Amino acid sequence: MSGAGKAAAGLWALRIWAALVFVFVFAPIFFSVIFSFNSARFPTIPLESFTLHWYQTIFADPDVWDAALNSVIVSSCTAVLATALGFCTAYTDYRYRFRGQGAYLALVLLPPTIPLIIMALAMLAWLSKIGASGQIWSIVAAHTVLTAPFAMAVIRLRLNQIDPSLEAAAWNLGASQWRAMRWVILPFARPAIVSALCLTAAVSFDEFAVAWFVSGLNKTVPVLILEIVTGNIDPQVNAIGTLVFGVSITLVALAQILLAARLSRSAA
Amino acid sequence: MSEPLVTLRDVVKRYDDFTAVKRMNLEIGAGEFVAIMGPSGCGKTTTLRMLAGLEAPTEGEVVIDGRVMNDVPVHERDTPLVWQSLALFPFLNARENVEFGLKMRAVAPGARRKKALEWLDRLGIAEFAERNVETLSGGQRQRVALARSLITEPRLLLLDEPLSALDAHLVIRMQGVLTRLQRELGITFVHVTHSQSEAFAMADRVVIMSRGEIAQVGAPRDIYRAPANRFVAEFVGRNNIIAGTVAPVGPGFGLLRVDTPLGPFDVVADDAPRPPGEAAVFVVGADRVEIGREPRPGAVPCTLISEEFIGSVVTLFLEAPDGTELKVQAQERALAALDAGSGGAFHLSWSPQEAHLLPPGA
Repeated sequence: MSGAGKAAAGLWALRIWAALVFVFVFAPIFFSVIFSFNSARFPTIPLESFTLHWYQTIFADPDVWDAALNSVIVSSCTAVLATALGFCTAYTDYRYRFRGQGAYLALVLLPPTIPLIIMALAMLAWLSKIGASGQIWSIVAAHTVLTAPFAMAVIRLRLNQIDPSLEAAAWNLGASQWRAMRWVILPFARPAIVSALCLTAAVSFDEFAVAWFVSGLNKTVPVLILEIVTGNIDPQVNAIGTLVFGVSITLVALAQILLAARLSRSAA
Repeated sequence: MSEPLVTLRDVVKRYDDFTAVKRMNLEIGAGEFVAIMGPSGCGKTTTLRMLAGLEAPTEGEVVIDGRVMNDVPVHERDTPLVWQSLALFPFLNARENVEFGLKMRAVAPGARRKKALEWLDRLGIAEFAERNVETLSGGQRQRVALARSLITEPRLLLLDEPLSALDAHLVIRMQGVLTRLQRELGITFVHVTHSQSEAFAMADRVVIMSRGEIAQVGAPRDIYRAPANRFVAEFVGRNNIIAGTVAPVGPGFGLLRVDTPLGPFDVVADDAPRPPGEAAVFVVGADRVEIGREPRPGAVPCTLISEEFIGSVVTLFLEAPDGTELKVQAQERALAALDAGSGGAFHLSWSPQEAHLLPPGA
């Protein structure tokens, strides 16, 4: 086989591999979507008839609406708080050189590396100790801790691309530190900030373990799903899952598009 | 020099254990074009950053327009800087970039827009006003940076090697733009560069720095013809630096005789006392050396080592019998007659008027 032929074969092998990975990841979601429109009570093949019954059921269920509202409140508050925190830590790390900077960074990036169940237990213990467990704000606090590192990473990456003279150029043209932040650093980091908002919202919207431990009666959508499936097999779950998947994938795709657009522009 | 606009008085800048600028004293007149030149790490950029307020002097005073600036924060000064990277704001178009200084001074949007368009027009890039700065060419970006710095009509403009990233032909054109602007506006330009051609082509006065100290200040022609010390002689252009001792008997007529390994040479004497036997160093510009094939009295016989051809001008590197390297710079046309390629001996000489004595101990 010629060198070019080998390369082409390698390329095809890679493509098939990538396709298999996608199938593996997306097949369950795909079937969940299909079954959510299937009239059968149990997820079996062959499919019965098309129905919107399960969607009608969930939209009629006040529990689902409560959970959805909780999830929207939690994920949007978490997104704003985590992104604000992430921006501050990223800017501090970009702008200043200080003793213990390595430790500071390690600490900031630590939460996602802790197993979720440990994190959730610790959160529950701590929040109930200070009398703040079982409320919707408990979930916001816990999710903020969990997602801020993602926001920090995305924004820090963007700040890496800034011309180090840019901020000083703003001062030199009459901007105070705060105004340079407002008119130079923030506009420069804006794509990353929006993308961090989407990402942290998506992570918080999907997160189950921590939410389950600290939520109390304020269930978010993932917690509700667990309650439904522990009771019985109910195709409602497929309908809810489809909607949750839709929201999350939209947010993540938005984040990706924003980042990619920015990168290709700076590469040009 | 007219009334000084900028005075550096005993200015020292120290970082931990490194002294970037050592007790610098310099006055810059209003309306003057000063170039600060020197190798990397000589303190030229630090000096510029102290003028802009981006660095605070460790000791001494920076006075601008009669006011001690040491404690005035960057954003309260009107000392715009044209950055080496240009530092244009990538998320703003050309006009918005130019407006930035006025926006920070709370000028109304209509007024600052009008002003920005005037400046873009003045620099010949009005048609690119609404373009993203990342899509502009190097020369156009340079002009945006200049307009952005000049829009507040400062009395002092600082330039930090802004031409270093441009193609050679653009550098010449931007030098023209800068000198014309400086004449028209009558404001003071302080231009930091490591390029001798840039400094000499534009500046009224050149400050040469070495290891945090001023090595020489003067008009480009004076620095070129009469370097104050060995560092300047080596740094500026192609010079032959010849060391020897003062001969016991001088030729008189305002000349001094120096005995060197190449033989005795007469040079124009300076005012310093020159007792016989004392070390003396003189400099002969490579373009001032006469080269010929025929032996002449007082000429140094040499063999050719290499030549550097850069177009119409050629530099020959030759070796004297004692191993001293001598440089000759001449028009390519003039050298063609010498048939340099065929080897053999060359004879170099210069008139005493072309030899410049360095001050004793320099």
